[in-house]
Amino acid sequence: MKIKNIFTYCFISSLFLFSLICIWKILVTLQGIELTNFNFNKLFIFGIILCAINLLIGKKLNLNIKIILLALLFSIFDYLVSINLPIWYSFGIFLISLFFFNNIKDYDKNFLSKNHSSQKLFFNFLTLFGITLFSFVILFPFYMMLVTSFKTQALLLLNPLDFSINFAQGLPELFKSYFIVFKDYNFGRYMLTSTIVSLGTVIITLIFAIPAAYAVARLNFFGKNFLSTSILIIYLFPAIVLVIPLYTIFSQLGLRNSIEGLLIVYTATTLPVAIYMLQGYFKSIPKELEEAGIIDGQNWLGIIFKIILPLSLPAISSVALYVFMIAWNEFLFSLMFLDRPNTFTLSRAIQFLNVGAETPRQYLMAGSVVVTLPILIIFVYFEKYLVSGLTAGSVKG
Amino acid sequence: MSSKLAKIEKRTAYLLILPSVLLVFSIILFPIFSNIWISFKNVELKDLRIPEPRAKKLVKSINDNPNQIKVIYRLRNSSLTQEITNVKFKDKYPDDIEPISLNNKCQFKSNLLKCELGNWPKKYRKNLEIVFQNINNQEISKKELKSYKPKLSGKSQNILLTYEFTLNNFKKVIKDKAFIDLLSTTFYYTFFGTIGAIVFGILAAQMVNQKFFGRTFMRSVLLFPYVAPVVALAYTWELLLDPTSGTLNNLLINYQIIDGPINLLGQKYVTLNILGFDFKLRLALTTVIIFEIWRYFPLAFLFILARLQAVPKELYEAADVDGANPIQKFLNITLPQILAVISILFMIRFIWNFNKFEDIFLLTGGASGTRTLPINVYQQGFSIGDIGMGSAVSIVIVVFLLIFMFIYFKLLGKRADEN
Repeated sequence: MKIKNIFTYCFISSLFLFSLICIWKILVTLQGIELTNFNFNKLFIFGIILCAINLLIGKKLNLNIKIILLALLFSIFDYLVSINLPIWYSFGIFLISLFFFNNIKDYDKNFLSKNHSSQKLFFNFLTLFGITLFSFVILFPFYMMLVTSFKTQALLLLNPLDFSINFAQGLPELFKSYFIVFKDYNFGRYMLTSTIVSLGTVIITLIFAIPAAYAVARLNFFGKNFLSTSILIIYLFPAIVLVIPLYTIFSQLGLRNSIEGLLIVYTATTLPVAIYMLQGYFKSIPKELEEAGIIDGQNWLGIIFKIILPLSLPAISSVALYVFMIAWNEFLFSLMFLDRPNTFTLSRAIQFLNVGAETPRQYLMAGSVVVTLPILIIFVYFEKYLVSGLTAGSVKG
Repeated sequence: MSSKLAKIEKRTAYLLILPSVLLVFSIILFPIFSNIWISFKNVELKDLRIPEPRAKKLVKSINDNPNQIKVIYRLRNSSLTQEITNVKFKDKYPDDIEPISLNNKCQFKSNLLKCELGNWPKKYRKNLEIVFQNINNQEISKKELKSYKPKLSGKSQNILLTYEFTLNNFKKVIKDKAFIDLLSTTFYYTFFGTIGAIVFGILAAQMVNQKFFGRTFMRSVLLFPYVAPVVALAYTWELLLDPTSGTLNNLLINYQIIDGPINLLGQKYVTLNILGFDFKLRLALTTVIIFEIWRYFPLAFLFILARLQAVPKELYEAADVDGANPIQKFLNITLPQILAVISILFMIRFIWNFNKFEDIFLLTGGASGTRTLPINVYQQGFSIGDIGMGSAVSIVIVVFLLIFMFIYFKLLGKRADEN
């Protein structure tokens, strides 16, 4: 066993412990508790000492007792160096150190004498820390969106770091922003428009795409290869190069400020990917089934409805969910085409709120939650379908 | 027989694809081509409204004479820039009413007043007054008169359909001093956004590819930024980064990491001192790139994770036997296996970041050095109102896009040959 290995082990472990503690401290600060110092020096050195102790004890003691003992020691030390903090803070520190020592309990002299032990150690910790950090960085804006919508303007300006939810004020007071957003800012109507537009896009896209995808997948015709490559190329053209001509044409035809106009554009822009995804799936359905259908005297309509559709329900749901997501989240076209508030979609309405007069931010965030929540619920619930849709359609985004 | 079947098959196929092809053609391909047309024209936003002849009808009673009435039409050309030719006017009247006198432009026949009002120049305004009387000497009801609305028609030149072309838009685009800056900003944003998303995607995929508690949940969480609506996310970030009441600045000040608030989205440059050298970092652009990475690394993660899970375990076991360390394993096994995915991802993300509009628009609106080509399309076309210029910038984007696509499909074809 090399001294170098022991030293790197202690150093990396303690750094990892300290990083975890830092994240916890930031979270605590965001609950409105005054905490201005990470106490880097003290905690880091004490962490190194505890890691060394852990190595010395090895397996001489019952492992469970060992980790509880070490975690307790660390939390007491942290309690001593920091002042005036609530008991749940120290309990959190205890749990984190418990988790940490549980992770390093198996490291002993034998492990450290193996090859590449320090690299392995480093990557183990990097993974654990990475997972924590990534979750924090990703979830924090969502958490902030939610909590801000539960606050009042005065509270937000008083302490911008206070992200605690005060349940004591009662539910009507807590959800006040939502009541106002739906009542005064007409979000119920916008939500209805968004739903109609998104569902409409899904239905029309499927009606157009299923026959076309079937033709591309199964039938022989002149220009088939050309068509299937151009689908991909067309799909790569972004909305921003379409926006000026469509704006001019739609203004002259009077299609701006109408849901129909939006439906046409959304359908056209999602069609290529829908056809591309569906034809790939249709190709994987055994041809024999259709041949049996032809012998039974079915025409192409019967084949599509009675054989292809029931078999490809998973693919169709993927496409439907993906198209729904695109239509629900779409912003550029709704910005260009809608300027009368009675035709707004949710995204456009939120942008209007932000640009317009000084809208209190809790209303803005309540609106954001209203537009985000449905799509996240759908995503979590139908994750399997949506992920396959994302993978297939992700050339765009 | 078989040729007949083939014919039916062909006909069915065309029938099935026709609706989609028509729709895509009219909404995607046609606009792309009309961009070329518009970019050679001098069109402004206010020219898009088709000029309309308008008339407001006023009915006034004449003193002491209830059976006579004066009708005034306020005629107006709605356009401030274009003339309307050959204006025709039509209005209906109730029975028993006829005009006392008419000028030579107008005719009254079977309750219908018809006028040929000739050409109206731009901003044209004039009143047309006609006095009517009741034949039976009865009182004329004003309400009834007002209930009929005049109908006007006229011909105007649609500026979009004329054959006047100009090269001015392209000259302006190329000669613009900011054009080089615009291009470099766009490439900077695109390149670092793409690379960052891929690097973080690899990191995240490596992590999630290991077994740990809550792994499936973690996979869902990692995709949140990608599936949530951009409007909500951009505004949340704006609040997060706000210099006065934003969380991030307050947090950094609270822990004494910085002395005063930094306006991350509103400051163009920040000077960094590294090893005695001063570096100018484009702050707002960097912040926007970080948002971009945050939002799109999930996609790279999804692709790379799928590929990682297909890497045979035996390879790693063999490497363990050979005594390879984790870095060697990553460089010699993992990286070659995911290289194909990464190159495709890079091309696709590059193309898409190059065209990204919403993210920057919502975060900064293109201010403080974050103006990219797509933002410029919007600003030229809608903020300044010069549709022709906006189109010309779109054409620049399309040209770059075609170059990227050419490279992309070349690479794709090469890869297909290898397999």
